[in-house]
Amino acid sequence: MTERSRHLLDIEDLGGRDGIEQVMRLTDSFVEVSARQIPKVPALRGKTIAWLFYEDSTRTRLSFETAAKRLSADTMNFSVSSSSVKKGESLLDTAKTIEAMGIDGIVVRHASAGAPHRIAGWVDASVVNAGDGWHQHPTQALLDCYTIREHLGGLEGRRIAIVGDIKHSRVARSDISAFTAMGAEVVLVAPPTLLPPNLDGWPVTVSHDLDAVLPTVDVAYLLRMQRERMTEALLPSLREYTATYGLTCRRVDLLRDDALVMHPGPMNRGVEIAAEVADLPRSVILDQVRNGVAVRMAVLYLLLGSGAELPPPAPADPTDQELVRA
Amino acid sequence: MAERERRQAPPYGGVFAPRTRVMDADDVQRAVWRMAHEVIEANHGTDDVLLVGLQTGGVPVADSLAAALASIEGHEVPVGSLDVAFYRDDIGLRPVLPEAVTHIPWPLDGKVVVLCDDVLFTGRTIRAALNALSDYGRPRAVQLAVMVDRGHRELPIRPDYVGKNLPTRRDEVVDVHADGVDLGEMVR
Repeated sequence: MTERSRHLLDIEDLGGRDGIEQVMRLTDSFVEVSARQIPKVPALRGKTIAWLFYEDSTRTRLSFETAAKRLSADTMNFSVSSSSVKKGESLLDTAKTIEAMGIDGIVVRHASAGAPHRIAGWVDASVVNAGDGWHQHPTQALLDCYTIREHLGGLEGRRIAIVGDIKHSRVARSDISAFTAMGAEVVLVAPPTLLPPNLDGWPVTVSHDLDAVLPTVDVAYLLRMQRERMTEALLPSLREYTATYGLTCRRVDLLRDDALVMHPGPMNRGVEIAAEVADLPRSVILDQVRNGVAVRMAVLYLLLGSGAELPPPAPADPTDQELVRA
Repeated sequence: MAERERRQAPPYGGVFAPRTRVMDADDVQRAVWRMAHEVIEANHGTDDVLLVGLQTGGVPVADSLAAALASIEGHEVPVGSLDVAFYRDDIGLRPVLPEAVTHIPWPLDGKVVVLCDDVLFTGRTIRAALNALSDYGRPRAVQLAVMVDRGHRELPIRPDYVGKNLPTRRDEVVDVHADGVDLGEMVR
């Protein structure tokens, strides 16, 4: 086990492929736990985790909540809409207040990129980023990796198309880091207005022709059209977007037989994905949701329970563990 | 020796240096045969008996016990494996990560579960295993088979079937492996 961060703010905090694979292996154990008659383990008994969600979220918060409860942690919801934040409390004061209650972990979602990083610098608790602005959503990327690994055996050498609103998507940014760290090739497919202005240094290729890309990929990963983040007129119309970049019933047949269709949810059926396509067997969207709970159990356990950052550290050199026989 | 014990026995990051061969492969096999007969005698056969090996050292013990039971009784006994990491009482005190995924694909209600481990030491792993088993159902009975009982119990737990009682010092390390059982120390 390598030196690891106390927080999960960014996919990079896991230290690349080894860290991601450790989460995947741990997730295997939690998938087994979730399948039991009593899907609950006492691993985080006595730990308290607070949800600090400055942005609306249903599935991510429920997924984290289920994960924490299956680990026997106590959870508190800091509901921003009905709390002191409405009265003008600063992020710093809110974070310090929550910490003073003796919280072990804080799961943060915020509309501003970097907010979880600031909180992590202020508190001793472990901070998990559940989405910050356009920046990162690391647990989504981990559950996407796990779902691809579950269906295709792994990511090494796979080709993954991420289609849609890349510009406003924290999911895309985290997925690109995670997929490429695991050895996959990523191609972005989007109209130029929905791509970030500068892609220098991104380990990706770009295409504007979905029909040409689909037959070459193992996974078509569709992003939600984030209408709430679109402050300017980036598209002539949603219908035109669907005609050019939507995964329609006709287009889905261009995919190879074993290729997967993924979506982080919530779906706009009829916009980025046709209603019928979302229900095809190759669409593993509900598997993503199901795996999300196990992945988040793994992340919470790794940060709060495993003592991975506590002494005594496991030997860094794997040969140290070899049994020496006289 | 389970990988976990190897990592956690002081000095951390040391290597195991065997000093004495306590049992050779034949001794282990004889002990397995005797324990198999004891399991059959105590349970009047192997109906309703399931074996569960504790990850990682107990899994080969469970496998060899199952092979012996099958050749004596003439039918297979189900073998599962259990990783107790999430039930340990030292979570947060030292790194605790599972070594493998638990595999108990059948209901335990009304069955006799024979937990199998390589070395019985403080009893804390068995305490965790008993808690874990209760999440898979309610066995009629849980019994414990270990290849080596080395003493130094910290909890009121005793084995039902023992390959060898081996008095040890606390700082010694017992290694059960395919070629037998060694007693030694962890050294830098």
